[in-house]
Amino acid sequence: MDRREFIGILAKTWIAATVSGCTTLRPVREGELYNLSPFGQSRILHITDTHAQLNPVYFREPNVNLGVGSAFGQIPHRVGKNLLDAVPGMTPQDVHALTYLDFSEAAERYGRVGGFSHLSTLIQQLRGDVPDSLLLDGGDTWQGSGTALWTRGQDMVGACNLLGVDVMTGHWEFTYEEAEVLKNAAMFKGDFVAQNIKATDDALFEGIPMFNEDSGHIFPPYVIKVVNGRRIAVIGQAFPYTPIANPQRFIPNWTFGIQEEDLQQLINKVRGVERPDAVILLSHNGMDVDLKLASRVQGLDFIMGGHTHDGVPIPVSVKNAGGVTVVTNAGSNGKFVSVLDLAFGQSGVSGYRYQLLPVFSNLLPADPVMQSYINDVRAPYASILDEELGVADTLLFRRGNFNGTFDQVICSALTEQLDAEISLSPGFRWGTSVLPGEPITMERLLDQTCMTYPETYVRDMSGAELKMIMESVADNLFNIDPYYQQGGDMVRTGGMSYTCEPGATMGKRITDMRLPNGELIMDTKNYKVAGWATVGSQSTGPAVWDVVADHLRDRKTIHLDKIDTPRLKGVKGNPGVADYPGELI
Amino acid sequence: MQIQAIRQPSRRRFIQGLMSIIALSALPFQLLARSTKAFQATKLETVKAELFGDLPIVDSSDISLDIPDIAENGAVVPVSVSTTIEGAEAIHVVIEQNPNPLSASFKLTEFSVADISMRVKMGKSSMVTAYIKTPTTIYKTSREVKVTIGGCGG
Repeated sequence: MDRREFIGILAKTWIAATVSGCTTLRPVREGELYNLSPFGQSRILHITDTHAQLNPVYFREPNVNLGVGSAFGQIPHRVGKNLLDAVPGMTPQDVHALTYLDFSEAAERYGRVGGFSHLSTLIQQLRGDVPDSLLLDGGDTWQGSGTALWTRGQDMVGACNLLGVDVMTGHWEFTYEEAEVLKNAAMFKGDFVAQNIKATDDALFEGIPMFNEDSGHIFPPYVIKVVNGRRIAVIGQAFPYTPIANPQRFIPNWTFGIQEEDLQQLINKVRGVERPDAVILLSHNGMDVDLKLASRVQGLDFIMGGHTHDGVPIPVSVKNAGGVTVVTNAGSNGKFVSVLDLAFGQSGVSGYRYQLLPVFSNLLPADPVMQSYINDVRAPYASILDEELGVADTLLFRRGNFNGTFDQVICSALTEQLDAEISLSPGFRWGTSVLPGEPITMERLLDQTCMTYPETYVRDMSGAELKMIMESVADNLFNIDPYYQQGGDMVRTGGMSYTCEPGATMGKRITDMRLPNGELIMDTKNYKVAGWATVGSQSTGPAVWDVVADHLRDRKTIHLDKIDTPRLKGVKGNPGVADYPGELI
Repeated sequence: MQIQAIRQPSRRRFIQGLMSIIALSALPFQLLARSTKAFQATKLETVKAELFGDLPIVDSSDISLDIPDIAENGAVVPVSVSTTIEGAEAIHVVIEQNPNPLSASFKLTEFSVADISMRVKMGKSSMVTAYIKTPTTIYKTSREVKVTIGGCGG
């Protein structure tokens, strides 16, 4: 589809929307989407969680993203039409970018999103429109593709240098070995910042490379950037639970955590010593953690967040003892660029304008320099990446609190190829979407599985152990205190059904675990379980992508009758669930 | 001419120094032998009865209890306790869900700074409470610490 057709379809969508009564929707003329009127003195651009997607992709937003406790019904825990109700005036392409609604059809019409050469064109335009600007990257940039794994993240460092990223922080960046992380950070031409990564006491004793021996910081905790004469402090907040959610063995000398008190002291110091015009926390906490942090820490003007992959179209203002902190989240996979324009008064920020721009690859010509770089990166691996493994007759995706269709394929592959009764697959939030009938290439499979600890396992697990795993992961997702959440989705299951009550407490959320024949899973009985991505010690089985690739090569065509998504208890009426394929009780 | 400022010891030097102090300070633990019953107790109520008798226990915001919300490694969870409460004569750290809830007791002299740091072992998620003993009252503050399986980070 060319750009003219695309615009034509946008106009038709507008007519359909108007006829159906959504008169607030308006058509977007070519160029208008990305031509922003001038505002303020300093422009901050923010991308996050691109997960190494160098070329354009499809990415379906979730239809299950439940909020519990005080997050019930609050953004980002509103899906589909429930989000539209809360954010009036969305254009049709916003609706496509921010929701799962009619995803396959809309994706055919609007085309792919993101891609670094298209991002580059957009970012150059947004930077060219103003005298000066800053480009921030919230992390999860060096992981998520075959080429990122094979180059140990260096392809992405190169791409980010070309893109002109000024400041970044991280999470999956730390799933390479410590020395590799430091090498990549040194190759990165911007500033890699993190106030909450320090050397462990043992490592301090041994002596390891670090930014500051006095404070123990591995990376600079913040950086001051002058943007059009204004001093902007950018403090880094890396993912606080990296050594818990990901293998500690890669970065044994580093300790993380939210470190609220350290952050408050740092903000006070930065405000006192550096006299900044604005203070921004570049965060990989996840939206819910950022919202809580904003209510407890004073002196931050903005928290620009990522991790939970929430495409949040309107910023959330949070009151705290010192004033107001504005919290944003910019989605994932290169699908969005967020634009924060700042106006300044006598004492700091006096006004702002925030826009979350969807990156439609069809509307943005590829930057030839970046595209040539990407082609060079891919070339040595092209024959592996382009292998067509099979095709599915339904949309394949992962994102959502419970099993997505692609997870079902992975779980089936694990049980069948490894001869297990039950399979477990992690609830990562990355992984792109494959349209019905589109070939499932090795590249798309690697989007779902590529990481530095892909080894599979098969072992006997007691019913009690299975239940403990399910409960622990559910608590990491649904604990009502965001500081106890880790920001992933629920573990995916194959060969087992269960009931989940997100609003219950730890140990009481998971009930009625059954095998496909209806037999209850017994605490004392053992089951043969297959899985991958073990965080503790390294597993010994083949890499998960090889297992799933074999399964797809065997099958050629994939047809999913149903997906093993749990019965959900107590979530009827929760705006965080819609069009649920399972049972709501 | 440049004047070199007097440098604070770096965190690294401080930790290295600390290790040698710890090696020399094994002796005071003998003094705690009288708390044996409290350390051996398996019930929270027994620990409190042994340590505090009938003294009233009240919540205090003058105690700083620094411990991770989620432990990176349950086998070595860093915990720091400090307080500005006048007349503090002991600091006790209690982990409710541990088989023996009393993890540590520190006796303070009139010359001690009420500021301690250590590592504790936690088998599972638990409330962790720091108690400050004064001659007339016990002050406390608590934090929940989660010990969880990992995985599934976004």
